[in-house]
Amino acid sequence: MLHATEVLGGEAYDAQGNFVGRVSELFIEPAEQPNRVARYLLGRGKYLPLLARHDQVSSVAPGMLKLNVDESKLEHFHPNEAWLAVRKDLLDQQIIDTRGRKVVRVNDVDLAEQRTNGTVELRVTDVDVGLPGATRRLLQGLASPAVIRRIQEKLPARTIRWEFVNLIEPDPLRRVKLRITHDKLEKMHPADLADIMEEISPAERQAIIASLDEESAAQALAELDARLTSQIVEKLSPEKAADIIEEMDPDKAADVLANLPPETSQEVIGELQGEEAREVEALLSFDEHSAGGMMTTEFVYVGETATRADVVDWVRRRDEINPENLDTIFLIDGNAKFSGDVAVGRLLLAGDDEPLVLLKSEPVVSVTPDAKEKEVFTLFDKYNLRTLAVVDVSGRPVGAITVDDVITRLRTRWQ
Amino acid sequence: MNWASINEQTEELQRRATHVRRRSRHLWRRLALLGAVLGPGLITSNVDNDAGGISTYSLAGAQFGYALLWSLIPMTIALYVTEEMCARMAVVTGKGLSDLIREEFGFRPTFFVMVAGFLVDLGNVVAEFAGVASAVSIFGISRYIAVPLAGLVVWVLVLRGTYRQVEKVFLALCSFYLAYVFSAILAHPNWLDAARHTVIPTVQFNSSYLLMVTALVGTTIAPWQFFYLQAGFVEKRVGARQYPQARADVIAGSVSCMAIVFFIIVCTGATLYASGHRNIADAADAAKALVPLAGRWASLLFAFGLLNASLFAASILPLSTAHVICEGLGFEAGIDRKFKEAPIFYWLYTILIVVGGGLILIPRAPLWRILVLSQVANGIWLPIVLIFMILLINRRELMGDHVNSPTFNVIAWVTSGAMIALTLVLIYFGLFHPSAATGGL
Repeated sequence: MLHATEVLGGEAYDAQGNFVGRVSELFIEPAEQPNRVARYLLGRGKYLPLLARHDQVSSVAPGMLKLNVDESKLEHFHPNEAWLAVRKDLLDQQIIDTRGRKVVRVNDVDLAEQRTNGTVELRVTDVDVGLPGATRRLLQGLASPAVIRRIQEKLPARTIRWEFVNLIEPDPLRRVKLRITHDKLEKMHPADLADIMEEISPAERQAIIASLDEESAAQALAELDARLTSQIVEKLSPEKAADIIEEMDPDKAADVLANLPPETSQEVIGELQGEEAREVEALLSFDEHSAGGMMTTEFVYVGETATRADVVDWVRRRDEINPENLDTIFLIDGNAKFSGDVAVGRLLLAGDDEPLVLLKSEPVVSVTPDAKEKEVFTLFDKYNLRTLAVVDVSGRPVGAITVDDVITRLRTRWQ
Repeated sequence: MNWASINEQTEELQRRATHVRRRSRHLWRRLALLGAVLGPGLITSNVDNDAGGISTYSLAGAQFGYALLWSLIPMTIALYVTEEMCARMAVVTGKGLSDLIREEFGFRPTFFVMVAGFLVDLGNVVAEFAGVASAVSIFGISRYIAVPLAGLVVWVLVLRGTYRQVEKVFLALCSFYLAYVFSAILAHPNWLDAARHTVIPTVQFNSSYLLMVTALVGTTIAPWQFFYLQAGFVEKRVGARQYPQARADVIAGSVSCMAIVFFIIVCTGATLYASGHRNIADAADAAKALVPLAGRWASLLFAFGLLNASLFAASILPLSTAHVICEGLGFEAGIDRKFKEAPIFYWLYTILIVVGGGLILIPRAPLWRILVLSQVANGIWLPIVLIFMILLINRRELMGDHVNSPTFNVIAWVTSGAMIALTLVLIYFGLFHPSAATGGL
């Protein structure tokens, strides 16, 4: 195994044994092969640098590169955006470890040699983010390679397989050219992704949000702190921002919009679809620290006379209901007034013909949208609630406050 | 019965109250935003007035009266220009200073910056605990009780709190610097004279004067503060939109810092210098000498200010240092993390406090020698850090249109050049006239 920093700076000789130059950069062409060192840049001091292709290299050792062709066969160097430069784009830069789910800094790049009839190809296997790489960087040129190797063997290795490395490239055009996709990030839990976003710089954050699908972007943004979220949304185009916000729960969407400058917020709302715009605007009008400011307008309600079988059947047919968030069903009476709620757990155990009104949790609790935040906390604590109904002056349900919103609020307060 | 109809009814009700509420909310939000951004600049600049700083300023007043007040204006400008560069880098790149040094200059320079930073800052931490020791001696408390207690308070304050809570404590502490304003007023100085000396330079060419200027600049513009400041803005996630507030914060910090310096110099200048008590060794001496001249209150306030300054700096310096090292080497860092998530960060932090405080507890430790050395080390390290900063902030691919203006570059280079020259002066005296150098503490 070789390390990029051992190859970089090495002397290059051609087939005749003449000195050509020093290896000053390694290029990968992701469009061809995602992990192969495709070209070696040979710096020649005041002369123009030359490029050696991977099939022109006959052997590579620390500090030494041998070519199987004459110097005259080498091409001249023209910068190419589609090439990934190991020294410039990788060494010392931050990358995302998609398996470890965190942001790390690259100390070195590990390379494996692959021999095929007279040529040697280098393939990137891992990036080194631990002490061995750091020691090598520190001692290179000061101690002999053998000594360095002996020292680094004793140190605990910390490497990340190349497949799990996600590069962070703020420039969208370059990202496409380098074939950087973020599908591995999309598969991460939104909370982990949010943690990663907090680690990196604003430009990089923007780049990641822009390249995620709307749903993943919405989920990640919902987990970020309010200031960061509004910073990100503000820099998106109103259309893109609206697309992402539509994927959010209405209460989260309202929180994000409330934190934007008024003009931007209006622009984004203008881009929202009719129904969503109305819901979000309604939520926005409430004081942030009232029940109305905490509630979501997405909740499930049924007539109280419905039986378990009816309800289960009805819920199954509703695609918009997210089963992961469904823990309480609201009941309404003949006048469309809130009459109680049923925990999904009780529904689970009930007989098919039992009407929901018999499964209702006691006592029946609800608040009006203008109730103070503190009142809401007290009710959750007192009755061990998971969901609390919000009703308007005529007693109709208009929203629901869920326990996760309460926790978030309490946590920000406590901080 | 559907949603839309429920909504329409509630909407009608809401709409009336909406307008008023929304406007007031925006006003509050604006204020909250300013408060959220206000902080790093103010804190950093005020920590500048640490134990070494207060000693130097009181000596400057005691030995030269108001003659050195003129240097405050150029120093304020240099402080603002250099700190603003860090704030700008934080806002534009969203990265810490050591992160940027690592990404732009590679591993080895970063490593040396970090090792040097660790040693220099360790010296500074020792100086802060020495400040605690001498401040409590005025109140008649033993340093063997006060220093361990101070170390523990500082350690717990940062480790057990979250960043916001800690920062609120620090911001509140900033207001205690007003103690020096009252001390100065109690000393009944000649304000007109002080004002004249602030605007009109009076330069003397003798070794003790030059040495004092060196010490003043060296203690006011300390290298660690750039790392701390930039990290503070990054951690606060100050974006481009809040840049004006960030800059206001830096201005407020630089100006308030120098205003406190002004009052310290005026206080000792009006009393100790005027009455001929010009041979004091440090800030605690100054506080004691103040009793017969300005009254017991002025003296106690002065000592209290010193204690506060030392504690304040002792809590921030180790933090800043741990940040710098972890950022550069790629370890997790930040007090928002838990011990398990960032062990190296917390270990470095702990070592700095334990070793820094522990050295003070060694009986007959050569404290003043350590303090002189730490100040010389600061002086040597500062131009190196400044040069890194100037190189970084002029990289267009990093900063875009936010690279330094020619004026800023001139001021920054002049500051670095002046620092190199002044440090050479300090080293010269440190090596060849050690007795003169101790006066520069």
